[in-house]
Formats: sequence, C-alpha cells, structure tokens
Amino acid sequence: MNGELTAKTGIKDTIPTLSGYIGVGLAFGIVAKAAGLNVVMIILMSAITYSGAAQFVIVSMLVAGSSFFAIILSVFLLSARMLLMGMTVAPYMKKESMLKNIIIGSLLTDETFALSMNKLNATGRVLSFKWLNSANLIAYLTWVISSGIGGALGGLIPNPNLFGLDFAFLAMFIGLLYLQVIADKTMKFKLQLAVIVITLGLTYVGLIFIPSNLLLIVVTLAGGGFGVFIKDAFF
Amino acid sequence: MPSFKFILLVIIGCGLVTWILRVIPFVLLKKFELPRSFVQFLSFVPIVIMAALWFNGLFVQHLGHLPTINFPNLLASIPTAIAAVISKNLLVIVAVGIVSLALIRILI
Repeated sequence: MNGELTAKTGIKDTIPTLSGYIGVGLAFGIVAKAAGLNVVMIILMSAITYSGAAQFVIVSMLVAGSSFFAIILSVFLLSARMLLMGMTVAPYMKKESMLKNIIIGSLLTDETFALSMNKLNATGRVLSFKWLNSANLIAYLTWVISSGIGGALGGLIPNPNLFGLDFAFLAMFIGLLYLQVIADKTMKFKLQLAVIVITLGLTYVGLIFIPSNLLLIVVTLAGGGFGVFIKDAFF
Repeated sequence: MPSFKFILLVIIGCGLVTWILRVIPFVLLKKFELPRSFVQFLSFVPIVIMAALWFNGLFVQHLGHLPTINFPNLLASIPTAIAAVISKNLLVIVAVGIVSLALIRILI
C-alpha cells in the first residue's frame, strides 16, 4: 500500500479484500436461499441493509419467526460499532462537503474502515474522498453481486461451509489486524499487544453472559477504555 | 418463512437503522469537535474491533456457561497468521485462511 490517494489506488488497495466479500457474499446467498429467501430478496437485503454479520442474523431470526422489533433491535445492537468506526474516520473527511460525508458514511464497512486505518499509516495520516469512496463502492458492488450469485447457486451447493468460504472474513481480520499493528507508528507495539490480549480476555468473559448481538459493542467500548487507562498508567 | 411484505419491511427497517448508525458520526463531526480524551479512546478502536471480530470466531457461545473453543477456526487461524507475517499481503492471507479451513474440515 503506497501513499497515493487517487480513485485508482482506492480500487487497487481494495482488491485484496474483495475475496472476503466474494467468499462471505456467496456463503450468505447460499444460506439465505436455503432458508427460503428468493434471489430478489437476497439482493435487496445486501443492497439496502448492507451489513454482513447483521444479514446472517436477520435470516436466522426470520426463520425463527422473530418479531419486527426484535430483529430491528438486534441489528441496532450489532451495528452500533459503526458509530465508533464512523467517529474514527469522520475527522479525516471534515474538509469535504456534507454530501460527500454522507456518501462516505453510507457505505463504510468493517473492512473499508480497517483498510482506511491501514492506509493512514502510508499517507502520513490523511485520507481522501476519492480514495475511500472508490474503496467503498467496489466493496458494495462486490457484496451485492456475490450474494446474488450465491442465492442463484443456492440449491446447487448443499453445504457451502465445506469450502471454508465462511473463514474469509476471519482471515481478513487477522490480516488487517497484523498489518495495522506493524504499520501504526503512533502507538507503541507493546501497548497494542496489551490491548489485543485484553480484548481476548474481554471477549472470553463477555461470551459467558453477554448476548452475541451486544457483545461486539461492549467489548469495543471496554477494550478502548482499558487502552486509554493502561496508556496513561504505564506508557 | 414470513411473507414477502414482512421481509421487505424488515430489510428496509434494518437498512434505515444501519444507515443512520453509519451516517450520524459524519454529519455530527462535520460541525463539532470531539474532546481530546475521546479521540484517545477512539485511537484504540481499530485494533480492538479487528481483534474482537477475530476472537469472536474462535469461540462458541453457551450463554450462562464458559464458551468452548471453535477448534477448526482456531487451527485455521495459525497458518493464516503465519501467512500474514510472511507475506504481509491480504490476498495471500485470505487464500491461505480459506484453504486451511477447507482442509481442516475435510481431514477432521
């Protein structure tokens, strides 16, 4: 990843992450089709709701016959981390117009967020609308198209998990986390490592009593809080 | 499976929720500054979120009891992490991850 912030580098930088969207998008389409959604509904959900983890939850709750408000509440809790990611990225878009800010916000995902955090290390802590918007757009289109294809393939593939496709996002987070840790010079390595170990502990303890849809946001809030605390105390 | 109309309503409702959560920070921070202490908190968000998303996949939740380890995901994470250190290339990392988990599922 170099320091250039053009639309073209935005596309180039996003290409390595696309396998994640394709893998999980296909898996989502296949799973949703098997649950009884048709291809149109699958494409609509990917295009409108546009949230990997939340979409899997929505499908399982639809199958379970959950109420409208129960589904909305779950999606809200699961996606509340977007607030924190948005607040982290938004300062780098402050000089852009309100419309451009809304466009960037509308299509920001876990992965393009993580990618832009990696990019900051190569650009001397700046981002551009062009770069992030093309990254967002490519990611969005890839997600919608691959989930549609997954839905169309649906009946043909009995057990999509056998291919390991569902691991694509996990692999991507491992990669992005590692790249972030080695590239971010604004934070000491030992501090980053300490925060990651604390996050592991928080996740483990949290799994015991925090419902899965709440867990990510609670762990993120607590992990960030611990980070500030140990930075002040030990670093 | 519920009716098409209900599903469409859910899709649009959830779309609104995720859209609002995504856009609010960008709209508000265009006008306001965040306090310094909060900015410091946010500086930890990237690694915490990425780590939490990964660690979540390493366990199976049993509410009220200790989580158990998701061994296929844990095992597949090892070659994936090694690939990260060696290649520093996302495409390679994801490919190694997918192939590792597929092999583990076939062998176990």
